[in-house]
Amino acid sequence: MDLDFSAEDKVFREEVRGFLTQNYPAELRAKQQNEEALTKEDYFSWHRILAKKGWAAPAWPVEWGGTAWSPTQKYIWSEELAKAEALPVLPFGVTMVAPVIYTFGTEEQKARFLPGIRDGIEWWCQGYSEPGAGSDLASLKTKAERIQGDDGKEYYLVNGQKTWTTLAQHADWGFFLVRTDPTAKPQAGISFLLIDMKSPGISVRPIITLEGGHEVNDVFLDNVKVPVENRIFHENQGWTCAKSLLLHERSGIAGVARSKRGLERLRQMARSELADDAGTLLADPFFKRKVAELEIDLTALEYTELRTLAGESAGKGPGPESSILKIKGTEIQQRLTELTLEAAGHYGAPYLRNVPHNLGAVGPDDAHGVAGAYFNVRKTSIYGGSNEIQRNIIAKVVLGI
Amino acid sequence: MDFSFTDEQSMLRDSVAGYLADHYDFDARRAAIKSADGWRPQVWKAFAEELGILGASFSEEHGGLGGGVTDVMVVMEEFGKALVVEPYLGTVVIAGGFLTHGAPSGAGELIGQIIEGKATFAFASAEPQGRYTLSDLKTTARKQGVGYVLNGHKAVVIGAPWASHLIVTARTGGAQRDARGVSVFIVDKNAVGVSTRDYPTVDGRRASEVTFENVSVAAEAMIGPEGEALPLVERVVDEAIAATCAESLGVLRRLHEGTLAYTKERKQFGVPIASFQVLQHRMVDMFIQLEQSISMTYMAHVKLGENDVERAKGVSAAKVQIGRACRFVGQNAIQLHGGMGMTDEMAIGHYFKRATMIEGEFGSVDHHLRRYEALSLDRAA
Repeated sequence: MDLDFSAEDKVFREEVRGFLTQNYPAELRAKQQNEEALTKEDYFSWHRILAKKGWAAPAWPVEWGGTAWSPTQKYIWSEELAKAEALPVLPFGVTMVAPVIYTFGTEEQKARFLPGIRDGIEWWCQGYSEPGAGSDLASLKTKAERIQGDDGKEYYLVNGQKTWTTLAQHADWGFFLVRTDPTAKPQAGISFLLIDMKSPGISVRPIITLEGGHEVNDVFLDNVKVPVENRIFHENQGWTCAKSLLLHERSGIAGVARSKRGLERLRQMARSELADDAGTLLADPFFKRKVAELEIDLTALEYTELRTLAGESAGKGPGPESSILKIKGTEIQQRLTELTLEAAGHYGAPYLRNVPHNLGAVGPDDAHGVAGAYFNVRKTSIYGGSNEIQRNIIAKVVLGI
Repeated sequence: MDFSFTDEQSMLRDSVAGYLADHYDFDARRAAIKSADGWRPQVWKAFAEELGILGASFSEEHGGLGGGVTDVMVVMEEFGKALVVEPYLGTVVIAGGFLTHGAPSGAGELIGQIIEGKATFAFASAEPQGRYTLSDLKTTARKQGVGYVLNGHKAVVIGAPWASHLIVTARTGGAQRDARGVSVFIVDKNAVGVSTRDYPTVDGRRASEVTFENVSVAAEAMIGPEGEALPLVERVVDEAIAATCAESLGVLRRLHEGTLAYTKERKQFGVPIASFQVLQHRMVDMFIQLEQSISMTYMAHVKLGENDVERAKGVSAAKVQIGRACRFVGQNAIQLHGGMGMTDEMAIGHYFKRATMIEGEFGSVDHHLRRYEALSLDRAA
């Protein structure tokens, strides 16, 4: 057992750190610090800097622009990104649909879509959940029927509704699960389609979440014509693509590095906030105990993730054990926001969204928006397969019960 | 032993519930909290004139109905069910408490104005540095001639944008955190030197940062003994906590009932999700938290009439239970609603936000655990 990073890894870490220091856009950092709403261009500006360096899609096959980093290097990368509080590259293109395309797609499909994803040219969204198909995703009803177009080509005519579609308001393309065989068993009649979001018949309606943000949307599809060549893999075998994607989605979900950074911020805040006894909150025995417990929980998760990574290095793909990472990772993110809200005390209450705090401060800066963050991260134990579903997966697949 | 309500109390509950059903549904509330004012003065007027609830708890000699804390409990629970934002707590419970127990000159007149719906109050107590310690005060009241001059900054004063008057705690002596030297004043919000920065709160209320800059008040503005008012403040705040516990019962009931109804209706895998045992047990635990909270709220109200130590112990114990219940029931209500629970358009998230704010109001779980320990265990050791 050797848990140290190699000399090579340490050199790599320095390189990454130097790159982030020198290249992260100052105006983007200022916007993040002021909690201004980020635009599509904000996300893409950073993505394109990474793409130019060749680091926008580290996990991809090298021929399409991957870096061939070892799992340890990928881990260092995500850790340094979090430490630098750099915006993450949005997952919908690079880590969700792209692996499906390069694993199951045709050469034409790879050539058409992968460069636009890698280089931050096309924005993707995910059309999976429906109003009646959440945890039970395979019960989805959006249907796609084959038709012949006026141009003589074959199309799918897609009708239905998707929901919880993150950042669809910016999307150029979406990947959708649709039912192509209504007579087959639920999982058997599904196909995986790539749909141009500018197609006639698509409408996107915002869903405002309880903290007041607009991240998610309803997407309505009304007689949307999709060329048959936009289907990935075989007709009625889209579930195979969907399952492989869900595994990728889960493996990044532990968020260890970001939670570590969040813990640092919490400690910093608790050093300046005063407790009931006029000492600092971090010296308060009640609060200190809770922070220590959270740190220990996070350490356990970190080593569990490292073990998973070591397994991947040894050639094992991410398996159902990644459900552990999802469950614990999201619980820790939620606990972190609970403690941050507690630390803010009275100043957790003001709702100053869209009021730049430099227009006149209400309470300390680090209390700004903490209630909103607490409300917002409740989603993490719901999305990507709820934590109840993740426990079912472990029970069934790992424990065999 | 009798935990039942009198016929009068049941009638009060029915009339408040009936009014709120007609005038305070989710959409009406939503429109009101998004309006420029953030509240509805006509609702307040109806509380005074149509329902008579602003006077229900005051004694008959003050022109009230003599209903006391039990009437407050009944009203607050119904307010919790409808997520009422109007400043009943600050006005009737807190200002009413100070005026009744502190009996300053002119109390009768102000209570009359409260009952008629003409005076509204906010409690300017917390300060940026002080967390939940009531005696941690940098705000000063310096004697000048026959009156006082106030200077200081009060944090997150709930309901201040709607208030005609403020109840202000300030130091007339002693060091920043001393028990002695605490005094209480009634300040007209329009007095020269009072300035506010108003903002909404995450649970749909309005609050202000309030600053006092050389604000002159008359000697009669003082409530309770000069420099010795901390026991009075503690008593009134304990009454406010008990009332907030009662409000939380309304919130918790809606969270629990709403979740039960949703999971019976929502189908996944071909069956209502309420048929899954893991969710059943979760909802049973939510139910147990609700029942324990009801019990502790009743207990706290009974203890309000006892001596300072028993009252404080009872109230802190109840607030610990309610704080935990608000978190557990609130979080699980969202979880069991899935994505729907995250949306602004469903009521459940609004109950969750109110429950979350109640956790910290007048002291977090940690604060009240510590207060309970000091009163119950440290004294015995």
